Amino acid sequence: MSAAATALTGKSADRPGFWANPIGKKAVMAVTGFVLFGFVIGHMVGNLQVYLGPEKLDAYAEFLQKTKGLLWGARITLLTCVILHVTAAFQLAGLQNKARPQKYVKKTSAGSSYASRTMYWSGPILLAFIIYHLMHFTTGQAHPDFQPGMVYRNVVTGFQSVPASLAYIVAMLMLGTHLYHGIWSMFQSVGINHPKYTPLFKKLAAVMAAVLVGGNVSIPVAVMTGLIR
Amino acid sequence: MKLDARIPSGPIEKKWEKCRFEMKLVNPANKRKFSVIVVGTGLAGGSAAATMGELGYNVKAFCFQDSPRRAHSIAAQGGINAAKNYQNDGDSIYRLFYDTVKGGDFRAREANVYRLAEISVNIIDQCVAQGVPFAREYGGLLANRSFGGAQVSRTFYARGQTGQQLLLGCYQALERQVQSGRVTMYPRHEMLELILIDGKARGIVTRNLVTGQIESHIADAVVLATGGYGNVFYLSTNAKGSNATAIWRAHRKGALFANPCFTQIHPTCIPVSGDYQSKLTLMSESLRNDGRIWVPQQKGDKRKPSQIPEGERDYYLERRYPSFGNLVPRDVASRAAKGACDEGRGVGETGLGVYLDFGDAIRRLGKGVVAERYGNLFEMYERITGEDPYSVPMRIFPAIHYTMGGLWVDYRLQSTIPGLFVIGEANFSDHGANRLGASALMQGLADGYFVLPYTIGDYLASTKLDKVDASHADARAAQNEANAQVKKLLGVQGKRTVDSFHREMGKMMWDECGMSRNAKGLEKAIGHIAALEQEFWKDVKVIGAGEELNQSLEKAGRLADFFELAQLMCRDALERQESCGGHFREEYQTPEGEAMRDDDDFCYAAAWEYKGPGKKHELHKESLSFEYVHLAQRSYK
Amino acid sequence: MKLTLHIWRQKNASSAGKMVRYETDASEHMSFLEMLDVLNERLIAQGEEPVAFDHDCREGICGSCGFVINGVAHGPLPSTTVCQLHMRHFKDGDELYLEPWRAAAFPVIKDLVVDRSAFDRIIAAGGYISVSTGSAVDANALPVRKKDSDMAMDAAQCIGCGACVAACPNASASLFMSAKISHLGLLPQGQPERMERALNMVAAANEELFGSCTNIGECEAVCPKGIRLEFIARMNRDFLKASWTFRADRVEGD
Ligand SMILES: Cc1cc2nc3c(=O)[nH]c(=O)nc-3n(C[C@H](O)[C@H](O)[C@H](O)COP(=O)(O)OP(=O)(O)OC[C@H]3O[C@@H](n4cnc5c(N)ncnc54)[C@H](O)[C@@H]3O)c2cc1C
Ligand code: HEM
Ligand code: SF4
Ligand code: FES
Repeated sequence: MSAAATALTGKSADRPGFWANPIGKKAVMAVTGFVLFGFVIGHMVGNLQVYLGPEKLDAYAEFLQKTKGLLWGARITLLTCVILHVTAAFQLAGLQNKARPQKYVKKTSAGSSYASRTMYWSGPILLAFIIYHLMHFTTGQAHPDFQPGMVYRNVVTGFQSVPASLAYIVAMLMLGTHLYHGIWSMFQSVGINHPKYTPLFKKLAAVMAAVLVGGNVSIPVAVMTGLIR
Repeated sequence: MKLDARIPSGPIEKKWEKCRFEMKLVNPANKRKFSVIVVGTGLAGGSAAATMGELGYNVKAFCFQDSPRRAHSIAAQGGINAAKNYQNDGDSIYRLFYDTVKGGDFRAREANVYRLAEISVNIIDQCVAQGVPFAREYGGLLANRSFGGAQVSRTFYARGQTGQQLLLGCYQALERQVQSGRVTMYPRHEMLELILIDGKARGIVTRNLVTGQIESHIADAVVLATGGYGNVFYLSTNAKGSNATAIWRAHRKGALFANPCFTQIHPTCIPVSGDYQSKLTLMSESLRNDGRIWVPQQKGDKRKPSQIPEGERDYYLERRYPSFGNLVPRDVASRAAKGACDEGRGVGETGLGVYLDFGDAIRRLGKGVVAERYGNLFEMYERITGEDPYSVPMRIFPAIHYTMGGLWVDYRLQSTIPGLFVIGEANFSDHGANRLGASALMQGLADGYFVLPYTIGDYLASTKLDKVDASHADARAAQNEANAQVKKLLGVQGKRTVDSFHREMGKMMWDECGMSRNAKGLEKAIGHIAALEQEFWKDVKVIGAGEELNQSLEKAGRLADFFELAQLMCRDALERQESCGGHFREEYQTPEGEAMRDDDDFCYAAAWEYKGPGKKHELHKESLSFEYVHLAQRSYK
Repeated sequence: MKLTLHIWRQKNASSAGKMVRYETDASEHMSFLEMLDVLNERLIAQGEEPVAFDHDCREGICGSCGFVINGVAHGPLPSTTVCQLHMRHFKDGDELYLEPWRAAAFPVIKDLVVDRSAFDRIIAAGGYISVSTGSAVDANALPVRKKDSDMAMDAAQCIGCGACVAACPNASASLFMSAKISHLGLLPQGQPERMERALNMVAAANEELFGSCTNIGECEAVCPKGIRLEFIARMNRDFLKASWTFRADRVEGD
């Protein structure tokens, strides 16, 4: 065996695996982020039925509740995705703190977006929001007057509280920034970058982020302005 | 002392083969019992260390930068020659050999040059296999350009960064050996002394530039690949750290120094802008293909170039050399620029510059074509000077660029000290009195990849080497010398900074031992530099301690050696009473002001022997014979 | 012009450092490093220790120089190393903060000098093509598409300065690694070791404690040689493919 081969194989023996590698973790974040992104789009479309009146929305909710397979399938998938996504995020954050123990006295950004630099803020805020959101509209503990099954009513009464509405608006802005970077970044993480398509991905990311923020934010705003009651 | 170049007998095209056959081989299993020190990791040292590692030797490699990838070979722009004849334009090994001997103005050894041309072909193969991204044609095959006066296209290039790409190829090969454990790398280490035991080179003393620790390293042979000494002039195109300490210390221990005065000046560099100037930047010679060089006809004409009408401009190269015009060789173009400035017709704030004007080219070819050909260079020029060469003519001035001289070596690249091999720009071997463009990279890699690894094997196989270690009295003595030098430098505690001394000496060298030289000036320079050297040892101020990273101390040590080398360069220039290649003695010129060689008296390599501190060097001559390329005068009229 | 400099001064790796304020004069024609040379000459004359900084070629190619000026690696001019940065890009009265590259993998040695040997170890782990001297075929035996060769050259231009690591909020070496992985991976000569190379270099970078990439692009913005994020995607691709398909045991058994 040649000297070089010894060296190479010596390395491979203790080479960390896929998950132990930041690139592997990032790929997992990209895939799970993509799934979550798909979900938030679907979720928004569902939510927007609020504009069609209580019957439509409640019927939609009931349909979901009845199709147990779909419901639990989705819940398990989403939970798995969130766990993987969040675990990776926290582990990578730990690595990053170790990688730069001493901070700069002065640091200026030379060419990155605000959204991209704040992924590690927008993410955890989203996590907090997701928990609150589940306790607000799914389980009800965080809702002042929760009525199981009466989705339309819960939404309207929920958003009549200004702090709750504000929390939703802030959270949606966070989701917007998270995805403004996330939607093109996930392509990069799995190795897709092309001078022709990447600018398109970036545009797509901006448009999708705006649509999501606009669509979701419109609901509490509509409630607070009395458009929906 | 009798200089034996050990040139194999027989016809020139068979010499290297014969030599390789006659050399003893080291049994593969025995190679790992031998250790070799390589100082320098540029193209020459990096390729040698990697190749010897591959062969199985134990190699220790040293460089003063923080990584082997930063050696100054990285800065070479233009390209590397090879007699591949891929363009089918009539190139051949023989033609490359011929051009190199002639370009060197008949002061190089024919046998070495032939071997260089022969090996050039393998270098390109090796580099491409390593992944060097040379420029290619649309068909996927390698592209070539012509360079520096050659009539064929034989230069391979990687954009304007050929040296970088070649060096990275060899750095990567080196790192592969580091990984395999065959090569141990010592970056941020500076060699301060050579260790001789029983008359053989057996190790070096180094200073760890981070901790300041002075240590000895022992091996069976030592290779110096420490680059050129152009920084003797303070301002040059060399890197700030380039130095002569390694070769000078070896010289003091007995290695002869050959042709120290042969230095090359590059005509197209960006002029000096003020006293604070720390180095000079070269711009590719290719600019002379389309740019026209001129100065005002009037002395001291301070008008803007655009206000000087055509009739009041002097296109002096076109005027004096109608057939070659702006494309005369480097030395001729450089001297002519100096001449114009000496007459008081230089341009720019300092008066040390000439115009390189693309006005005509832009009118003739259009801005687009000019941008396509020279865009990168124009950008670089603008970055440094803040002027836009598309609208204002560039200002250029010659600068020290390369040193043909170096430690004397025989055909097998061994110096006059057994076991001390010298490769790359650090030796004197292949370029004679003038180097052709794109030939230094070729030589460095030829030496390192293909010559030294063989010839050092013969030395190791045929020499009795006792087992020694760093506790040997001679090693300890060398280490003490290095320690003493550091203490001495720190102990002066005078008032002047190292740089101020270096600047003053550099200026003197540039004025008297630069583009043109005369006896009176050289004698003056020797006296002046000796006096400055004395003042240095009385009045230099080096802050800080020896046991830490101390950049002033590093500079001071290098300058101390440059002082001695500078005096030898002047001596050599004084002694060589002829003009040849880059060495122009004003006393020896034709009535038209062209260089006049004297083959009857000076057809030799001047090899100088160190006789002790304060003593005069002794001159030894290796006479050169030209059996294949016949002696002839260059003419570019 | 008059300048106020705040420079990170640190005696050695084990001592603590701090910002020290200096007033200095500069001419607009000077390079940034020449401005520091002038400051150093004055400090020496006053008997103070000069500011240590790495530099060698001073023409933007060796990769020795580099520090952070007012929060930006290599200073305000894009595609420019500090040695190529000239003072005409600053103005009288400017206040400049100079700090070394900061990363766990690049410990400070002194003042603005850091230890970047981690980069060498990453290359040693696989940033090469294994071809011993003398074993190469004729250079034109293997044509290379011009497009690939040009793109390989784009990537190969990296000078190993470390600015990408310094600028990255996560101190990730991705841009540096990806440049080498792309350079060699784009060429036919680099194919046999392509998978192994990606795995080994990425593993080596982890050992050196570089952070992970968030694809934000600070590195690309400060890189003096225009290395692009696109190369990081290539690296990710090679790594992902390699980790799913590559079997190390096949190599070990030879
Ligand atoms: C700006 C420029 C452009 C050029 N362009 C071309 C071109 O286009 N074509 C061409 O053929 N040639 C060109 N040349 C010339 C060519 O680049 C050099 O001659 C050649 O690269 C020298 O290689 P080397 O290996 O001998 O030395 P270098 O690359 O200079 O390496 C010297 C090595 O020695 C080490 N070292 C030095 N002193 C010590 C010490 N005391 N202790 C420890 N280590 C030490 C250094 O760390 C370094 O590793 C150019 C030169 C310059 C300056
Ligand atoms: C609705 C929920 C979420 C969606 C749709 C989502 C989507 C995404 C997407 C698409 C990416 C880009 C992946 C990549 O660059 O490869 C991403 C990255 C990221 N996400 Fe989320 N995410 C969500 C929730 C969260 C949560 C709860 C966290 C919390 C801790 C989080 C933390 C992060 C971080 C830190 C990154 C950047 C990772 C990096 O580049 O290193 N995300 N997210
Ligand atoms: S990728 Fe750019 S910034 Fe990073 S080391 Fe290479 S040249 Fe420097
Ligand atoms: S000193 Fe070489 S890149 Fe700046």
